[in-house]
Amino acid sequence: MTISAANDLVRRVQADPNFIELERKRSSLGWNLAILMLVIYYGYVAMLAFAKPFLGIVFAGVMTLAFPIGMFVLLSAIVITGIYVNRANTEFDALTRKIVEANQ
Amino acid sequence: MSRLLLQRLSAIAAFLLCSIGTAMAAGEAVGQTEKQATNNTAIIMFFVFVIATLFITFWAAKRTRSTSDFYTAGGSITGFQNGLAIAGDYMSAASFLGISALVYGNGYDGLIYSIGFLVGWPIIVTLMAERLRNLGRFTFADVISYRLGSTPMRLLAASGTLVVVAFYLIAQMVGAGQLIKLLFGLDYFYAEIIVGVLMICYVTFGGMLATTWVQIIKACMLLGGATLIALLVLFHYGFNPMAMFADAVAVSPKHQAIMQPGSFVANPVETVSLGLALMFGTAGLPHILMRFFTVSDAREARRSVLFATSFIGYFYILTFIIGFGAITLVATNPDYIDPATKALKGGANMAAVWLADAVGGELLLGFISAVAFATILAVVSGLTLAGASAVSHDIFASVLRRGQDTGKTEMHVSKAATVVLGILAIVLGIGFEKINIAFMVGLAFAIAASANFPVLLLSVLWKGLTTRGAVLGGFIGLIAAFSLTVMGPSIWVAVLGNKVALWPYSNPALFSMPLGFLCCWIFSITDSSARAATDKAGFDAQYVRSQTGIGASGASSH
Repeated sequence: MTISAANDLVRRVQADPNFIELERKRSSLGWNLAILMLVIYYGYVAMLAFAKPFLGIVFAGVMTLAFPIGMFVLLSAIVITGIYVNRANTEFDALTRKIVEANQ
Repeated sequence: MSRLLLQRLSAIAAFLLCSIGTAMAAGEAVGQTEKQATNNTAIIMFFVFVIATLFITFWAAKRTRSTSDFYTAGGSITGFQNGLAIAGDYMSAASFLGISALVYGNGYDGLIYSIGFLVGWPIIVTLMAERLRNLGRFTFADVISYRLGSTPMRLLAASGTLVVVAFYLIAQMVGAGQLIKLLFGLDYFYAEIIVGVLMICYVTFGGMLATTWVQIIKACMLLGGATLIALLVLFHYGFNPMAMFADAVAVSPKHQAIMQPGSFVANPVETVSLGLALMFGTAGLPHILMRFFTVSDAREARRSVLFATSFIGYFYILTFIIGFGAITLVATNPDYIDPATKALKGGANMAAVWLADAVGGELLLGFISAVAFATILAVVSGLTLAGASAVSHDIFASVLRRGQDTGKTEMHVSKAATVVLGILAIVLGIGFEKINIAFMVGLAFAIAASANFPVLLLSVLWKGLTTRGAVLGGFIGLIAAFSLTVMGPSIWVAVLGNKVALWPYSNPALFSMPLGFLCCWIFSITDSSARAATDKAGFDAQYVRSQTGIGASGASSH
């Protein structure tokens, strides 16, 4: 492929409504989930640093609030990954296929 | 297990303590005992593992013909397999024994530490995995040199790779020697040589395909072994975890304190800084990034992150149960406690190993010992392959030969690089035997977060990044992370023996990572060279390809 043909392809793809939709949806989902993970993790770190007595509150037997909160952070990492992969592998991949087919 | 074996192991533990104080005469005297203290079950199980993996290497060697086979197994690995292999790369013996030891010693604090290792994965999948797969072929240098100047970016990536690999590798090799000495009753020196030689065999002959399968097998063994221990502990408590926690609080000298965060977060700056290094360093580890090129497309790359995150998260939950199980079942059993020091025989890292013995007898102890050995082998193989690829693909083929070479010479160079790195790992492992290496894995993550991650992220997301900005930002991040660690308490005081640290914090990422980003930005926006114009002009084509994969398959040059 010559350089000008390649540039044409890039411009064509960038103008494709499917590409614009993919770009918008993917970047908003990706950034939202990444920021959500940062907020959850650094919220947890902030609690560890500044709200230790709260985390030490016993709610059943010897069980403290720190346990369910810690497990929530751990599982949220898996769930956030799952949400992104699920949407990317269905919705985004379908859009990508359309873009590739239209611009071959 | 037999009392005799325990006595021998405690003699080794005493020997270890002596050797730390470099009491040579005493060391040699006890050294005689050490050689007898062999653990036969562990050795037999380990031999089975070695023979199986050598067969796989033999099989893989016949399928490894091109450079693409060697670096990425020809992109033939499925998302599920790659997920297991990533987990196998990431769950080191240090994290298995170290995190369960941390839980054993401090209870809840162990969970805080392991969570830090997990939260980087969502960042990788949402911002990087598919872009990496769409832009790169063999190493992450392919991605950052896509539109930026090839030679400087390859040299930066190769430096970042080799430095991270070196520190990670030394940590693994020293850990391996100490562990094998303790578990198998083998000399430190021979342990280093066995690990080094096996790793050279796997990587040189079987390339990425053999390395991947060693990691998959190891991940299954580690997950299986840890699951079994955790189930046996829970079985002991009628599958009621509450009963286990209640018992742990009752028998632990710290009582209720083990159920809440303790001294681990004494210094918020250190905690945040370590958290940053773990979270973003994961996205800059060369041996992990390389794994994204072993799958066929972006879809499989994403799936592999989901599998890996799930396996790693599950594994950390297991280590948590194992740590608490060790509090109740190991700490209370005089067989495992050194009467002189009142501490665990062989050191705190033995918590999971002794727990295996307590709940499953000598057979499970042998199995877990073999798993620990296998784990080290898998991790060092992945590291060495990443290091060798940086030498052969980035430095030799791209910089020295400017992509003009045939794949054949490049393969020879990568195999030679593997052998050299393997020998270097053995030598460094032996050289660092008596040095406190607690800082090394943290340093590797900090450098990955401060040098590799900013350049990688900005090169795919920010059009304004120029070659000059990336090179200066990357190298400044690398140097800052390294020198702040050297001047901090973990090296300046703990290793070099000075009284006062020049820099107050052990974890540099809070300062070095923003510095890396800042320098990338400043040196890019002030860059008005012709190269900068080319760099920016190339962004649109790179962006389209990173989003859609158009042109990703069969791309042979860029």
